[in-house]
Amino acid sequence: MTRQIVVLGAGTAGTMLVNRLRRRLDDTWAITVVDRDDAHPYQPGFLFVPFGGPTEELVRSRHAFVQDGVELVLETVERIDTDAREVLLRDGRLLPYDYLVIASGASVRPDRTPGMLGPQWRTSIFDFYTLRGATALAEALTSFRGGRLVVHVTDVPIKCPVAPLEFTFLADEWLREHGLRSDTELVFVTPLDGAFTKPVASERLGSMLTDRGVVVETDFLVERIDDKTLVSYDGREIPFDLLVTVPLHMGAEFVSRSGLGDELGFVPVDRHAFQSTVDRRIFAVGDACDIPTSKAGSVAHFAVDVLVDNLVELVAGRPMSHSFDGHASCFVESGDHKALLLDFNYETEPLPGTFPAPFVGPMSLLKETRANHLGKLAFRWIYWNVLLPGRPLPLAPAMPMAGKKVPVATT
Amino acid sequence: MPVTTLGGHAVHVDHEGFLTDPSEWDDDLATILADQIGLVLTPEHRAVLRFLRDDFAQRGETATLRRASAGSGVPVKELFRLFPQKPAKKMAYVAGLPKPVGCV
Repeated sequence: MTRQIVVLGAGTAGTMLVNRLRRRLDDTWAITVVDRDDAHPYQPGFLFVPFGGPTEELVRSRHAFVQDGVELVLETVERIDTDAREVLLRDGRLLPYDYLVIASGASVRPDRTPGMLGPQWRTSIFDFYTLRGATALAEALTSFRGGRLVVHVTDVPIKCPVAPLEFTFLADEWLREHGLRSDTELVFVTPLDGAFTKPVASERLGSMLTDRGVVVETDFLVERIDDKTLVSYDGREIPFDLLVTVPLHMGAEFVSRSGLGDELGFVPVDRHAFQSTVDRRIFAVGDACDIPTSKAGSVAHFAVDVLVDNLVELVAGRPMSHSFDGHASCFVESGDHKALLLDFNYETEPLPGTFPAPFVGPMSLLKETRANHLGKLAFRWIYWNVLLPGRPLPLAPAMPMAGKKVPVATT
Repeated sequence: MPVTTLGGHAVHVDHEGFLTDPSEWDDDLATILADQIGLVLTPEHRAVLRFLRDDFAQRGETATLRRASAGSGVPVKELFRLFPQKPAKKMAYVAGLPKPVGCV
């Protein structure tokens, strides 16, 4: 009898997962992946669009990346019936499962901040986490003549937590190139108490902001937007001429409808094995789950490595023996054709050093170099051609410590 | 981890003064911790602290502000009034829980 693995979401995590699973499981296992549309975005590319970066090849057909032997179903998920072990689709179809993996990501929700979707939306308020937002922002920047440009993070967690910083660095470069920097007050507004959550990186990234003359406003939790002013819960006001905001992020609505989400609709899972805390037949991977590390493609990639190995064991009736360490690896564009690289996991914060090989690199950690920038640009090709098809990258899922400089404890 | 004495209670704390052993906490200590940051606890404060304690016991993680609001039914605006300026940190401090990690 054929048994069923159903994966909800054919984005970065879901696509890699089904392609790798298909090669590891025999044909007594059917693999189905569901997505609401046939548009697979390369989200890291959105960052460059406001500054005139290319929009072609940023969105491609999901079909092209789901291999033969995996059924791709294009339909919205209505809800998951965990008792019946079925997924109900909007068109009424039922997909029974033996194991279910939720990989439906995180979406921006400007509707969750009062005043964000008002008359200023896409007039003086923009996001760059959607291609439409990034394209509209590119248009707005061409007519920008200086004033207060405010980059704002609504709340955490967000996808690619370094992206707002990268946007700020690139905006600083763009304003200098266009002779507008001296007429522009660039402000970075964050709900965190620093530029980033991890201490060594936060200090480094924070000083990169102040070096560029960026005003940083911390611990700012937005309550509402009044016309062209951000207002925080504790009554602070930040006026803007142009607001580039990262709206609140939430998981897919069917997750909450099915009673599987936390307060933001992310799926609570065991942080090492991605198994739902309430249903052992359900897993969640990528941005859709609540693990305490970055919502990022690199995390999804390392996580899928672990999950595939565990699922192969699980379906064979063996105990799952692989454990995820929270490994994330992020390029940070810093402007002027340079980038930094952060590499960290649950236990170890981003540290300086070289990557992936000790001393040789070729990339440097926590330091602005041109090699890192080229690494980031090359990544788009790797994404479409190596990562999504599930071909092996010469990087193990566990975070390497070789090549890293550990600070001497000061206490 | 350093040990400090607060109103007759010997407790383990980190370098910022957050308790490192949640089991050393009780209602009496909450009053003392609140006093350290200039707060006088009311039943409204206590209700929020109770949610944070229960939630931590279940999940092993300090609730974010949004989670504390959703779980305790106290609006975020009200949490800012009860624990002014840095409510997430202050709530955790008084509840004897680790400083919340703003997820990366």
